[in-house]
Amino acid sequence: MNPRRVFLNLSVFAKGYIRGRVGLFFGLVFPVILILLFGAIFSNTGNTAVDVYVVNHDHNSYWSQQFLQALNQSHALTLHVVDPSVTNLSTWLSQNDQSTGLVIPAGFEANYLNGTPLRLTVYTNPESAATSGIVQGTVQGVSNQFNLRAYRGTPIINVQNLQVGSQQLRYVDYLIPGLIGFSVLTSPMFAMVNISSEYKKQKLFRQLSLTPLSRGEWLLSTIIWFIVLTLISTLLMVGVGQAAFGAHVTLTPLMLPFLILGPLLFVSLGLLAGTVSKTPESAAVIGNIITFPMMFLSGTFFPVSLFPPWLVTVAHVLPLFYVIDGLNAAMIFGNVGVALTDIAVVGALAIVFFIVSIRAFEWREK
Amino acid sequence: MSDVIEIHGLVKDYGSLRAVDGIDLSVHRGEVFAFLGPNGAGKTTTVEILEGLRDRTSGEVRVLGLDPWKDNPKLVPRQGVIPQDFNFFEKITPSEAVAFYAGLFGKKVDVTGLLRRVQLEDKADSWFETLSGGQKQKLGLALALVHAPEVLFLDEPTTGLDPQARRAIWEVIRSLKAEGRTVFLTTHYLEEAEILADRVAIIHRGHIVAMGTPAEIIREHGRRGLLTFHAPAELADYLRGRTDRTVVAHDHAVDVEVRGPEDVLQAVRLATESHIAWESLSTRSDTLEDVFIRLVGQVGESGEEKPAHEGSP
Ligand SMILES: Nc1ncnc2c1ncn2[C@@H]1O[C@H](COP(=O)(O)OP(=O)(O)OP(=O)(O)O)[C@@H](O)[C@H]1O
Ligand SMILES: [Mg+2]
Repeated sequence: MNPRRVFLNLSVFAKGYIRGRVGLFFGLVFPVILILLFGAIFSNTGNTAVDVYVVNHDHNSYWSQQFLQALNQSHALTLHVVDPSVTNLSTWLSQNDQSTGLVIPAGFEANYLNGTPLRLTVYTNPESAATSGIVQGTVQGVSNQFNLRAYRGTPIINVQNLQVGSQQLRYVDYLIPGLIGFSVLTSPMFAMVNISSEYKKQKLFRQLSLTPLSRGEWLLSTIIWFIVLTLISTLLMVGVGQAAFGAHVTLTPLMLPFLILGPLLFVSLGLLAGTVSKTPESAAVIGNIITFPMMFLSGTFFPVSLFPPWLVTVAHVLPLFYVIDGLNAAMIFGNVGVALTDIAVVGALAIVFFIVSIRAFEWREK
Repeated sequence: MSDVIEIHGLVKDYGSLRAVDGIDLSVHRGEVFAFLGPNGAGKTTTVEILEGLRDRTSGEVRVLGLDPWKDNPKLVPRQGVIPQDFNFFEKITPSEAVAFYAGLFGKKVDVTGLLRRVQLEDKADSWFETLSGGQKQKLGLALALVHAPEVLFLDEPTTGLDPQARRAIWEVIRSLKAEGRTVFLTTHYLEEAEILADRVAIIHRGHIVAMGTPAEIIREHGRRGLLTFHAPAELADYLRGRTDRTVVAHDHAVDVEVRGPEDVLQAVRLATESHIAWESLSTRSDTLEDVFIRLVGQVGESGEEKPAHEGSP
């Protein structure tokens, strides 16, 4: 293993890859497009006013009416009055297939006039990020206005934001680790299936075998390239997710093993698929058979927790599942234990596939 | 000192097809050796075995005293290769390719100088995929020369080149010889073999049918005197029935073997009697091309000539 030759091949490989553009598009641009697309679809950014169901426990008081009127005038919300006999609005919302509500506590007016801090409760659905933002922001804005008017900003009316249902996470939070997993899988897999079969057909492996570059050096430089690409695309996706949708994901060193072992695993798997097939066409078929189920069933676009139980079982045999599960643990839940287990699984699979593929991979003909 | 290339009883089977059928040859240090043969004769197969790109079925092969398949890593830095159908990465330029090879071999190389030597300097910075066939071939030669190897295997290095580029490559091959390097080349151009090669082997259906200097091969397999009538092939049919000398028709010409003045007189008399019009008349000896065509039995499309009798010279 000669580092200088690894580096030389890396630079030639990278030049070809970058100049080819297609790989770069699918490796870097496409995942970002997917984040923007899915983020936008599922965060439900519309121009219509949001329906809010209001329980007013301080009914008919002048100031609570003033408050609701101010909310109405924002034109962002459409208020619907719910009978004050409803004690648990969260349950009522779920029963009525609604997700956005506001509770005005009893004694609202009295407390407001006295200057006794009081609390409004806002219920929103975590899965529609934009809707939640609009409701919470509007209620907070009107409250600020009221606080300012009467008390020069001393917070008398406080807003407590609660979420409807058990899920505390928003879709876009899941989407980012999922799509990082997507690019960890697709960018090395599609590229390697193609490269390993085309290089064979176009006699490029033969050409390399006439130089001192070894197969191991070639494979190592290829793996390094896809790790670099994965790291860049991860930073892009997290950046875009946070900037566009305020995704709550953390960048932690615990992600690194997945961003290194993942490309190692899928470069090896792609090479293996290309090596065992006779033609680039059959390689593409084998590659797709491996890639597509993994692409949809490992928690890339939707959390596996939403799957029916039998599909969850299927997901557990797919290598990518452990990458995404681990990234979720690292980036969303901060669950080190789960992340470490997943690192062990991904690491073991990566080593096995690496060894099998380098054994099968021969660039001279018998 | 042992020979640079030694082959004894080399056999290569592709499944049931025997592509190389027991060949023996050796190439001396500093020699330019040309391998001739029709399509599918087994040239590339043999060369690829010598280069270590392919394993053999049986037989002994030594390049620089090493087994090219098993000792390939030791031979790689000492040999330069242009494979048949040379190909390279689409989006890499000739300069980058040469610098890449120089780095891999750990050599310092004057990139521009090397590209000028193969007449590719004006395309130094174009992507490989945009080069013409001949320009690609020139890059192949440049890459084979990067590490100044002791022995070069050039599989059809001038196929598809224009006459001027072909001469430039001949020049490179001559200079390699002058530097004491050994060159094993295959070609379909007989005049190229005659001009460049110290020795030539003609391979046909996996067998070597002639080997030696071009002059030796012509002496052994060629006909000395030939009387050529520029005439249609019917003349050959007419003559065959009336003389016991060999008569061959090719390309609107008819060759009659002549051993003395009386043969010439007889042939001309018969031709006149035939009342078949002939335009002109010349005498000559067999060239390497004539010998080649007779040995491998390919006379144009007519296939009039019988295939060569197999066997070593
Ligand atoms: N990889 C292969 N698999 C099966 N048969 C092959 C293979 N390579 C060559 N052959 C066969 O072996 C024979 C010799 O082929 P080879 O390429 O050595 O010929 P050649 O003398 O180089 O011909 P050309 O002048 O056309 O390059 C041919 O009949 C060819 O069809
Ligand atoms: Mg050939």
